[in-house]
Amino acid sequence: MNRNKVLYSGAIILAVTLIAALLVALVLFSIGASPLATYKTILTGPLSDLFGVTEVLVRSVPLMLVALGIAISFRSGILNIGAEGQIQMGVIASTAMALAMPHAPKAILLPAALMAGALAGAVWGGIAGWLKAKLQVNEILSTVMLNYIAAQVYTFLLRGPMLDPNELETGSGTPQSMRLPELAFLDTLVPGTRIHMGLILALVAALLVWMLLWKTTLGYRMRTAGAGAKAARYAGIPVERYLIVAMLMAGGFAGLAGAVEVSGVHHRAIEGISSGYGFAGIVVALFGALHPGGIVPSAVFFGILLIGADMTQRSASVPANMVLVLQGVIILSIVSAQSFLRNPYAQERFFRWFGRFSSSARKAGKGVQS
Amino acid sequence: MSAGLMIYNVLCLAVPFSVALLLAALGENFNQRAGVFNLGCDGIMCMGAFLGFMVPFSLKATPWAAYGNLLGIGAALAVGAAMGVVFALVTVTFRASQGIAGIGLQMLGWGLAGTLFRHFVGGVTGVEGMAAIAIPGLSKIPFLGGVLFNHNALTYTALLLVPACWFLLYKTPWGLKVRAVGTHPRAADTMGIHVDRIRYQALMLGGAMAGLAGAYLSLCQAKMFSDDLVAGRGFIAVALVYFGRWSPLGILGGALLFSIAQSFQLSMQVWGIKFPYEFAVMLPYVLVIVVLALARKARQLGPTDLGKPYNREMRF
Amino acid sequence: MTPSLEPISELKLEGITKRFPGVLACDGISLQVRRGEVLALVGENGAGKTTLMNIIMGLYRPDSGTIHVNGEEVHFHSPGDAYARGIGMVHQHFMLVPNMTVAENLALGLKELHHFMNLDIKGAAKRIREVSERYELPVNPDAYIWQLSVGEQQRVELVKTLCLGARLLILDEPTSALTPQETDDLIVRLQRMASELAIIFISHKLNEVKALSDRVSILRHGAVVFNGQTANHEPSELAALMTGHDVVLPRNEGSGIQGEPLLSVQNLCVRGDRGNLVLDGLSLELRAGEVLGMAGVSGNGQREFADALAGLRPVESGQILFGGKDLANRTPREIIHAGMGYVPEDRQTEGIVPSFSVKDNLILKDFAEPRFSKMAFLRKKEIDSNAEVLKERFDIRCPSTSTATGSLSGGNIQKVILAREISRGPKALVAVYPTRGIDMGAQEFIHEQLLARRREGIGILLISEELEEVMNLSDRIAVIYKGKILKVLPAVEATRERLGILMAGLADPDSPGDAQAEVPAGAAHE
Repeated sequence: MNRNKVLYSGAIILAVTLIAALLVALVLFSIGASPLATYKTILTGPLSDLFGVTEVLVRSVPLMLVALGIAISFRSGILNIGAEGQIQMGVIASTAMALAMPHAPKAILLPAALMAGALAGAVWGGIAGWLKAKLQVNEILSTVMLNYIAAQVYTFLLRGPMLDPNELETGSGTPQSMRLPELAFLDTLVPGTRIHMGLILALVAALLVWMLLWKTTLGYRMRTAGAGAKAARYAGIPVERYLIVAMLMAGGFAGLAGAVEVSGVHHRAIEGISSGYGFAGIVVALFGALHPGGIVPSAVFFGILLIGADMTQRSASVPANMVLVLQGVIILSIVSAQSFLRNPYAQERFFRWFGRFSSSARKAGKGVQS
Repeated sequence: MSAGLMIYNVLCLAVPFSVALLLAALGENFNQRAGVFNLGCDGIMCMGAFLGFMVPFSLKATPWAAYGNLLGIGAALAVGAAMGVVFALVTVTFRASQGIAGIGLQMLGWGLAGTLFRHFVGGVTGVEGMAAIAIPGLSKIPFLGGVLFNHNALTYTALLLVPACWFLLYKTPWGLKVRAVGTHPRAADTMGIHVDRIRYQALMLGGAMAGLAGAYLSLCQAKMFSDDLVAGRGFIAVALVYFGRWSPLGILGGALLFSIAQSFQLSMQVWGIKFPYEFAVMLPYVLVIVVLALARKARQLGPTDLGKPYNREMRF
Repeated sequence: MTPSLEPISELKLEGITKRFPGVLACDGISLQVRRGEVLALVGENGAGKTTLMNIIMGLYRPDSGTIHVNGEEVHFHSPGDAYARGIGMVHQHFMLVPNMTVAENLALGLKELHHFMNLDIKGAAKRIREVSERYELPVNPDAYIWQLSVGEQQRVELVKTLCLGARLLILDEPTSALTPQETDDLIVRLQRMASELAIIFISHKLNEVKALSDRVSILRHGAVVFNGQTANHEPSELAALMTGHDVVLPRNEGSGIQGEPLLSVQNLCVRGDRGNLVLDGLSLELRAGEVLGMAGVSGNGQREFADALAGLRPVESGQILFGGKDLANRTPREIIHAGMGYVPEDRQTEGIVPSFSVKDNLILKDFAEPRFSKMAFLRKKEIDSNAEVLKERFDIRCPSTSTATGSLSGGNIQKVILAREISRGPKALVAVYPTRGIDMGAQEFIHEQLLARRREGIGILLISEELEEVMNLSDRIAVIYKGKILKVLPAVEATRERLGILMAGLADPDSPGDAQAEVPAGAAHE
C-alpha cells in the first residue's frame, strides 16, 4: 500500500517534469535559445565541481525550510502563499536580535537570532491564519497582500532605521544593515565553501515535521482539519484553532529560513535576500508531495534549477526570470496531474478517448498502406 | 489651496487610477460568477501589460506605427483570452484546485512577461501611449468635466463596460447561463447547458479583460513596462469582486474607493505632508485585507459553487 | 420544445450497459414504455436506477446498448437532446437554481427564448402560466426558488419539465421529501396526467408503486430481474424480488417501559443560515432506553436542531439539559465528553474524513484518549487493533483497515461511523437520517444495532424522513413542524395518516379523543 503510494507519487512527478520541460522548451525556443543546451546547462552546470554542489546545497536549505512550513499549512487546509514576506520578517528580526546584543556568547546569541527570526515569521504568518479563522478572509489573498506589505516594511527598515551607519558615512547608500557579529554566524561545514550548519538544521527539521504530522496527536488534528474540516468539527476538533497553529508553524519555518540565510550566508540583511524562495518553496512542497521525505530531494533539485538558471543567464543569455516560468508551469501541471490521478472517471474517459484515437490512427495508417 | 480644489485634484487622479482595477475586476467577476476563482488574473495582467507595451514599441519605426496602440490592445486581449483558456484547461477540464493553479498561472505570466521583456527590450524605455481625448462639450462642465470627460479612450471604455457587464450578466441568455453554472452547475447541466463550455467562455472573457487591464497600465498609465508594473493589482481586483458583492456596480464602487485612497495619498505628498514613501505604497494592500475582513458577510450572496470543480459523473 | 418532431409515443432501451470504475452500474438493461402508461422502476439504493435514467437523459454515455424513440435510434449527448425528443426528468434532488426566479430557471433550458443579447423572460413566464393552468399545477413564475417550500419546488420541477416539451416524464423518487398527504396528492395528479404522457416512476416505496403504475420493472445490481403488470403482484412479493431475499427490517418490540429522563431540550431557539429563527421554542425530552423518532418534512429545523445538539450552531435561547448540565452553546468537545454520540446527516463530509484510512477514522473522536495516545504521540498498535476489533464486530467490509474510507460504499461508511460512536459508550445517541441511500442489508444491520443499544439503556434520538423507519424503531414519535414539536405520540398510536397530517402542520384529528388516555409527553413542559 505504502510502497504503491510512493511509486504513484514518483510517477506523477516524473510525468509532470516531462510536461513542464516540454512546455518551457517552447518558450526557450521562441526566444531563440536552444532548449537542449539550456537544460543541459541548468542540470549539469551546477554539479560540475564541488563548489557547485555545495552552492546547490546552500540554496536548498532555505527552500527546504520554507517548503516544510508550506507542507504543514497545505496539509492543514490553509494555503500559505506568504512565505516570501515571512522570510523577510525573519531576516529583519534575526538581524535586529543579533545586532542588539553583540557581546552575548555564541550559545545564546545564535539560538536567540534564529528564534527571533522564526518568531517574526510565525507572527507574520499567524496574522493570515487569524484573519482566516476569525474573519474568513481568503488566506491566499491575505498572504499575497502581506507579501507586498512585508516587502515595503523591509525596504523601509533597510533604508531607514536599520541602515548600516557606514553606508551613510561613505555615502554609497546601499540599503543594507550592519554586519552581524561573528558569534551569530552558523558554522561552515566544508571550509572554503559557503555550505553551513543550516543544512543539518533543515534535515532535522524535516524529520521533526514528519514526526509531528504523522506520529503525534497534534499532527492528527491538523491533518484532520485539512482533509475534512466538517468532519473534524463534528469530532470536536476546533478547526479554526489549528488553522492558526498551522500558519504560525508555516510562518515560523519561513522566518527561520530567513534567519538561516542571514546568519549562514549573507551575514547581514540585504535587499533581495529572499530572492523568490517563498514562491519556489511552494513548488518544492508540491513537487515533494507535501511530505518531508519528498521535500528534501525536491529542495535539492530546485537548488540545482536556481543555480543553473543563474548560469544560463550568463552563458546562454536566457533571463533568470525563466525560473518563474518554469515554476508556474510546474505548478499548473502538478495540480492538473494530481486531480487527474485522483479522479477515476477522468482517467477512464481519457483511456477510452486514447483507445479510440489510437485505433482510428491505426485504421488510417492501414488505409494509407492499402 | 481650497478644499474644493483638493477634492477636484484627488478625483481627477482617481478616475484614471481606477481603470486597470475596474477592468480586471469586471472580468474576474465573470470568472467567479461562472464558479471559477482565477487568481492568475495578476499574471494575465502582466502579459497584457507586456504585449500592450511591446507591440507599439516594436512598430515604432514602421508604417504601422499609427496602429501600434490599437494592435497592442488587440494583442493584450488575445493573450488574456489565451491564458484564460490555459486556466480553464487546468481547472475546468482537469479540475485542479483553483487556488494553487491560480498562483501557478500568476508565476507563469509574471515570469514570462519578465523573460520576454528582458530578451526583446532589455532596459527601461517608454512608449508614447494613448492620449487623452476631451469629450467636446461635456469636458467643459465645471468640476465633472475634468473628473470624468478628459481621459483616454480606454478609460471611457472601462466606464461604459460597467453597465455593459451588468446587462450581459442579468439580461442576456449567456449571463443567465453563467449565473446558473456558478451556483448550481448540475441543475444547469440537466437543462442542457454545457457547464464546461460556459466556464471556458467566461474564463476567456475574464482573461481578455484582465489582459486589457494590463495594457491600460503600460499604455496609458505608466507608458512603459517593468517587471513590477502590475504589482499585485490582479490580486486586488480579485478582492474587489468580493467587496463589490459580484455586482458590476459594486465593483465600480470598490475600484473608485481604492483609487481615491491612492490618489489621496499621492496628493498628500504633493501638499507636503511627509510620511515614508514605503507606507504610502503599502496602503492599498492593507486596504485589501481590511476590505476582505469587512466583506465576509457577503460571501453568502456570491456564487455558491465558487471554487468547486464540476464533475458530471460524481454522485452526491 | 421542438414541435416539428412528432410527440414521443414509445421509448425503448436495449442492452444498456454502463460501467463506472469498480462498479457495473447497468448490466444489459432493456426496458420499454409507451404513451398513456406508467412504468415503475423499482430497486434498492445503488441498484442502478438513477444511472439508467441519467443515460436516457444524455448525462452519461452508455458503454453499449441502444435507445430508440418511436422506433428510431437516438444518441443523446446532453439533456438538451433528450428534451428535444420529448423526454424530461424530475431529479430526486431538485435541479433548480435557488437564487433565480421560476421563470429564469425555465428560461435556462428554453433555447427559443435565447435571442442575441436579449432574454425573453416574459415569454418564459407566459409559458409557465399556460402549462400550470393546463395541468392544474399552480406556480408563480416570479417567485425565487429559495422562497418556495419543498412541495412547491416539486411542482415547479414538474411544470418546468413539461414546459420544456417533455411528454415522457422520468420521476426519480419524487415523494422522498413530501408528507404522506402531499404524496397522495402528487399521485392523483400524476394519474390524471398519465393519460396523455408516458411516465417512468422510480421509487422504492412499494405502496406508491402499487397505487400509480401499470407495469413494474425491478432492478437489482444493475440488471432487470423482473418485469410484470403491477396489478398482478403484491408489494411483499415485489419487495422480495427487489432485495433478492426476504428482508424483514427489525421492529421495536419495546415493552413501553421508559427510563430516566436523559436529555431535556427546553424552548430552544436557533437561527438558520439566512438569519431567521429556524427553531422557535422547541421542547423535547429523551429518556434512557428509548428510541425517540423525530418525523417531519425536511427543512423544518431538523438540521439546525441536530447542529445545535452537536454544538455546531449557536443557541439563541433555551436549554439543552443533559445529565444535569446545560449543553447549549458548549463546544462540540464538551458535548462529546458529556456522553453524546452523533451520527451526522452527511456521512461523506461530516461523519468521516474520506481520504483517511478506516482505522484513522475510527479514532476521530478518541485519538487524544490515553487508549490511543501517550505523551501526545499516537499509539499505532492500539489504533490498529482497535480497528480490527471494530471491523469484525460491526461487519465493516473493507479490503483492509488502511483503505481510504471514502472509497467504501455508503453502508460501510455508515458502519464505520456507527462503530466509532457506539464503541465510545455514549449515554445518548443522535442519529440523523442514518439509513439514507443505504442498501437493505446495511439498513437492517444498522437498525439492529440501534435497537440493541436501546436495550442497553442508551437513549436514541432518531431523526429521519422515512416514516417507515421512524415507525418501526421508535418508542415515541415527535413531529417537528416549523421549528416546533407539534406533538409527541407513542409509536403504537402513530399511523401514516396521522403523522402525515401533523407533518403538514395541521391540528391532530385524533388528539381530543384520546387526550385522557395519553398524557402527551410533549406537553410535559407546558
